[in-house]
Amino acid sequence: MQDFKFNIYDLSSFTHWVDVSLYSYCTPFWAMMWEMIIIGVAMLLFYAVIGLFLVYAERKVCAFMQNRIGPNRVGPYGFIQTVADLVKLLMKELVIIRKSDKFLFYLAPFIVIIVNFMTMAAIPFAKGIHAIDFNIGVLYIMAISSMGVIGVLIAGWSSNNKFSMIGAMRSGAQIVSYELSVGFSLITMCVLAGSMQLSTIVEGQSECWYIFQGHIPAIIAFVIFLIAGTAETNRGPFDLAEAESELTAGYHTEYSGISFAFFYLAEYINMFIIASIAATVFWGGWMPFHISGLAGFNNIMDFIPPFIWYIGKTFVIIWIMMWFKWTFPRLRIDQLLTLEWKYLLPINLVNIILMALIVLMGWHF
Amino acid sequence: MTEGIPLNYFLILSTLMFFIGIYGFLTRRNLITILMSVELILNSVNINFVAFNNYLYPDRLQGHFFTLFIIAVAAAEAAVAIAIIINIYRNFKSINVEDANEMKY
Amino acid sequence: MIFLFYLLSGVALLSALMVVFSRSPINSVIHLIICFLAIAGHYILLNAQFLAVVHIIVYTGAIMVLFLFVIMLLNLNKENEPHKKLYTKLAAIISGGMLLLVLTGAVKSVALIPFNEKFDSQIGLVGNFGKILFNEFMLPFEASSVLFLSAIIGAMILGKKEKITNNE
Repeated sequence: MQDFKFNIYDLSSFTHWVDVSLYSYCTPFWAMMWEMIIIGVAMLLFYAVIGLFLVYAERKVCAFMQNRIGPNRVGPYGFIQTVADLVKLLMKELVIIRKSDKFLFYLAPFIVIIVNFMTMAAIPFAKGIHAIDFNIGVLYIMAISSMGVIGVLIAGWSSNNKFSMIGAMRSGAQIVSYELSVGFSLITMCVLAGSMQLSTIVEGQSECWYIFQGHIPAIIAFVIFLIAGTAETNRGPFDLAEAESELTAGYHTEYSGISFAFFYLAEYINMFIIASIAATVFWGGWMPFHISGLAGFNNIMDFIPPFIWYIGKTFVIIWIMMWFKWTFPRLRIDQLLTLEWKYLLPINLVNIILMALIVLMGWHF
Repeated sequence: MTEGIPLNYFLILSTLMFFIGIYGFLTRRNLITILMSVELILNSVNINFVAFNNYLYPDRLQGHFFTLFIIAVAAAEAAVAIAIIINIYRNFKSINVEDANEMKY
Repeated sequence: MIFLFYLLSGVALLSALMVVFSRSPINSVIHLIICFLAIAGHYILLNAQFLAVVHIIVYTGAIMVLFLFVIMLLNLNKENEPHKKLYTKLAAIISGGMLLLVLTGAVKSVALIPFNEKFDSQIGLVGNFGKILFNEFMLPFEASSVLFLSAIIGAMILGKKEKITNNE
């Protein structure tokens, strides 16, 4: 057993200590099992805390955008409001629809939740806090997040409701189209990074973030990623799948109680995942902000722990996405598809060629 | 990661899956289910390609590329087939194979 | 590892059977998705990570969503598919089963291939994959792009509603 020193700047020593001590106490099989259980429980806790906090943040941001105060009764500044909401949702009755496909109806929220979890496994949270470091991390995230739409489609189908059905169909068309833009803008950054491994991508930004390294094409890719990512989470001006003024609630109209809460939570976690991918690929993940040449400034930046950097960047992007939602009016479905297929996709394809040219000629920083 | 698994196991798996696909292809009437059976058959072949590649020539990637191109062709085939199925539905109001028994003109 | 293989094979075969036997097409699609995920697991066992991820993107992310979409669009939940007669099923079982017998016999008579010593766990990774794809397999790659173009145009033309020629 080696000594253990908790270092907030490099948590890999901590994770290594957990790993070594587990393997010294149990057989390798059980050590692996225990590691899986620990990571699962930690993810679950993180998931719940982030979900609850994001619901609160959304309501506050929305209130400030509309010149209101927002939740302010339960707890200081209404901070425990979402916990109260959760308790309320837990106590509610689970409505069973007579002519619905019961098995699929109950399966759908779990598909969405499982997809969320599988995506979170590949995200680097801080130095050393990274559940699985795939060689093809970016592709893995794209592959898994493309499966979330299956849950939405099944939900809309099995509720046996016209509104749910229309919402699910819209969501299917929307996510399948916008996935292309998300993928292509990430591929643009992979061309610059020269790798698809998320840890390598983060390490490559220790001097300068990729959005500054790749200047023009990187900024274009970032903007496209933000638009397409917002569309992929069914949020903001692209919330056609649950357009509450047209379709009551879209694909989760018939859900109540905790299965509704799952969908509601999944939307926010999806937003968190998109924001953290954007923060990791474009803004350097947990890497501090460095300007080469200014040693004093860099030292001050290094003083802030990596996890704080990661959370800070993620929440800035989440705030931008909330800003989208409460500023722009909702698009029509034909405008939505026109935006993707006639504007974003051609721009993206040209952008990849531009980025390849810049990388080949060495015009990046 | 295939230590201790003989090649035959993968071959038997893919053979069984191929058989299931053929059975579905012959017995179902719904065009979409028939298409799904075709996808099963294609996938069983894919497993064979990757397994042979991994056991016989682990330093080369020929089998992987066969699989990659099969996946690409399957995607194209599914898109065209679904367009045809939608067209059949428009004309016959049904997608059972036996209902589409007359040429249009 | 053999345990993982048995688990994945069991899931794949059971869900493949369910695809063929379940009455409503939507259940078939769900089981096919499970089957494809199990096959992706097999690819990872066989050291083809990139293929596994591409398989998930293309099959579960695109093709299966397309199938679900079409089933919902055509409203096919009625489960009123008339079943074929018994002799058709028997014929299918016999013809498929004979093929199965021949193939299993052939597979069983294959000499056990020893584990190859040249095994390189890095070979299925994306870097090597790309290098070989864009050198040796450039022509099929370009040909597949032409295939996709023709598929896109074909699907568009087939799926488009025909103009109603009304005599004013």
